[in-house]
Amino acid sequence: MSARRPLSPGNLVALAVLVFLLVLPIFGTEFFVNNVMTEVMILGLAAATIVFLASCGGMTSLAQLLFAGIAGFMFGNAALESGARGLTLGWPPWIAVLFALAVTTVVAFLLGALGSRTTGIYFLMLTLVYGVIGYFFFAQVVTVSGPGGVTSITAPAPLNGRVPLYYAAVGLSALVYLAFRAIGRTNFGLALQGVRDDPVRMASLGFNVPFHRTLAFTLAGFVAGLSGLLNVWFNGQIDPASIAIGPTLILLIIAVIGGISHYEGAWLGAFVYVGASNYLRELPLVDRIGITPDRFNTVIGLIVVLIMVLSPEGLVGIAGKGRGWRRGSPRARSIEPPTTSETMEGTAR
Amino acid sequence: MNTSVEGERRTAEEPVRPLRASVVRRLPGIGVRLALALAAVWVLFLARGTSAGPAVDDPGRFLITVLDGVTFAGLLFVVASGFTLIFGLMRTVNMAHGSLFLLSGFIAIRLQQAMVGKTRNIEAADVTVLDWVVPLLVGALVAAVLGVVLQQVFLRWNQGQELRQALITLAISVVLADQMLRQFGGLALSMVWPGPVTHFFEIMGQRYSTSRLFMLAVALVVGLALWLWLNKTRMGMVIRAGVDDEPMVRALGINITLVFAVTFFVGAFLAGMGGVMGASFAGAATGSDGAWLLNSLVVVIIGGLGSIKGAVAGSLLYGVVVAFSPAYLPSRYTFYSIILTFVLLALVLAVRPYGLFGRPE
Repeated sequence: MSARRPLSPGNLVALAVLVFLLVLPIFGTEFFVNNVMTEVMILGLAAATIVFLASCGGMTSLAQLLFAGIAGFMFGNAALESGARGLTLGWPPWIAVLFALAVTTVVAFLLGALGSRTTGIYFLMLTLVYGVIGYFFFAQVVTVSGPGGVTSITAPAPLNGRVPLYYAAVGLSALVYLAFRAIGRTNFGLALQGVRDDPVRMASLGFNVPFHRTLAFTLAGFVAGLSGLLNVWFNGQIDPASIAIGPTLILLIIAVIGGISHYEGAWLGAFVYVGASNYLRELPLVDRIGITPDRFNTVIGLIVVLIMVLSPEGLVGIAGKGRGWRRGSPRARSIEPPTTSETMEGTAR
Repeated sequence: MNTSVEGERRTAEEPVRPLRASVVRRLPGIGVRLALALAAVWVLFLARGTSAGPAVDDPGRFLITVLDGVTFAGLLFVVASGFTLIFGLMRTVNMAHGSLFLLSGFIAIRLQQAMVGKTRNIEAADVTVLDWVVPLLVGALVAAVLGVVLQQVFLRWNQGQELRQALITLAISVVLADQMLRQFGGLALSMVWPGPVTHFFEIMGQRYSTSRLFMLAVALVVGLALWLWLNKTRMGMVIRAGVDDEPMVRALGINITLVFAVTFFVGAFLAGMGGVMGASFAGAATGSDGAWLLNSLVVVIIGGLGSIKGAVAGSLLYGVVVAFSPAYLPSRYTFYSIILTFVLLALVLAVRPYGLFGRPE
């Protein structure tokens, strides 16, 4: 699974999936390609940022949907020329894209810097608070959105069709997948993993621990912003409800379903989630056991409880366990029980 | 609970630095003092064009705002103390705390409707003290029992795996929210304060509701009971010992598993009590669970996770900010009041990343 062995089974599977996704519009139904798979790619992209932070940095973030939302809102505000809500700045669309990504990245940097000295469960709670406060911000501040959100947003020129948007989502997903995996092998990525495993030792070796965490968080925020742009083009609108606490949890759940320490898991989880939300009602007999589309959240919640009870590694972890691939994998530690050294530190205090 | 408040202890992440660096490190502290001073000057003298006006011109309105803040802090404390109690002993972040809050509120509302015999337009005069206290206890008891069941089934065997437990309780909160939507519908329901406490009185030219003071009184009783329980009983002693050194308590032959269950019972009971008080104060609706999970999180992040003292401090700070920001922001900008919550959080985290009374993990 590395660049040193380009023809390893893992890489071949990834390549096959990519080729399949590229030729899918030729034979797939319009609904499946333009609605289901595009959404899978967008959600997978956002969930991959959670996976990146969790697996490389040991930080479980619930703020990623907020960054997607910020990018979407900023694009809507900057690009629209007229409309009842928002700033309607009427900038050229690609300038608006740059503006949205810049704002998202700066906000991610500031929030990351604020949270960079907290870890573990504290970080999870803090980012949840970021997400909910962000929701209230967009719901209350009518200058940029208000409860109704910003509507009738269109994608800029080459992407303003269903199939081009699908290809953009696939392309970005592939790029981000490769980039995240490559970052794990750079000096920065290695230092980040050191920070995850033993911040005290890294600090005494001279690494700036909070700064590494901040940079990782900023990068993840930027990528989440990319997915937010795709999302706002896909939906044509964005409202605060789409970044409320429910969808925030769903995004984490997507990352967890797939396996929070494997990048593939992000898109796999998104596929399971979107697939279930679109096709669950068409399964025979599910109505009989009381599972209707209205109770979809119950189903998703129960699936996550089940996965977390069986294996915190998610679907990829369960599959890997079956084949014994996990032997000594250092990445598979983000949700594992604390190591003995951590426990000792905790008790020796 | 968290008695060993360390002062200027240096952790290993902050090695000794030259003088210039230490000035840089003290910048957050200076910034916080400056921000506090500015806020005080603004509220006292400058706040023209706000809905309340400067405090020196309108002391009555200022007093009312303080009362609003303190009474809301009472409710915050009841909910957040349960959250922080559970974490302090078991290191479990119970993300379903908001769901227990809302469930208890809904059950109490239904029970009150049944006891009064009307489902709508219940007047305060119809409600006796018993019609409020019995639903309070029943709602809180249901929340407590459900809490213990959750703990025994889902959290007992993975003790110590904080993130896994947080994710499990998050998923449970999604399920509970969906089931409550099915059971109680999406419309806001509200509980009615008992008639004897629903009056208005005059204070410095302003009318104020006694039900808010009643809420504060309930919170004070809860706080006092919690303090007595933790400091004057054997069980409380075991819990405090468990917070400091759980393996040692276990090694001394104390049945800590039972203590865990009791603590979870009390924590969930407090969430349930808060839920009934919150339903009387602002109604219960889909989404209240998320809002109150947020409130609990903000309080414990400010105060320090696992510390009852921190829950008091966090509730007071957060309650005061929530009450003051709409009143003392310029009228055209009151919808920015949520930002001030965030500013409060940022100020506290800049000086103390683990909260005012928190300890690093």
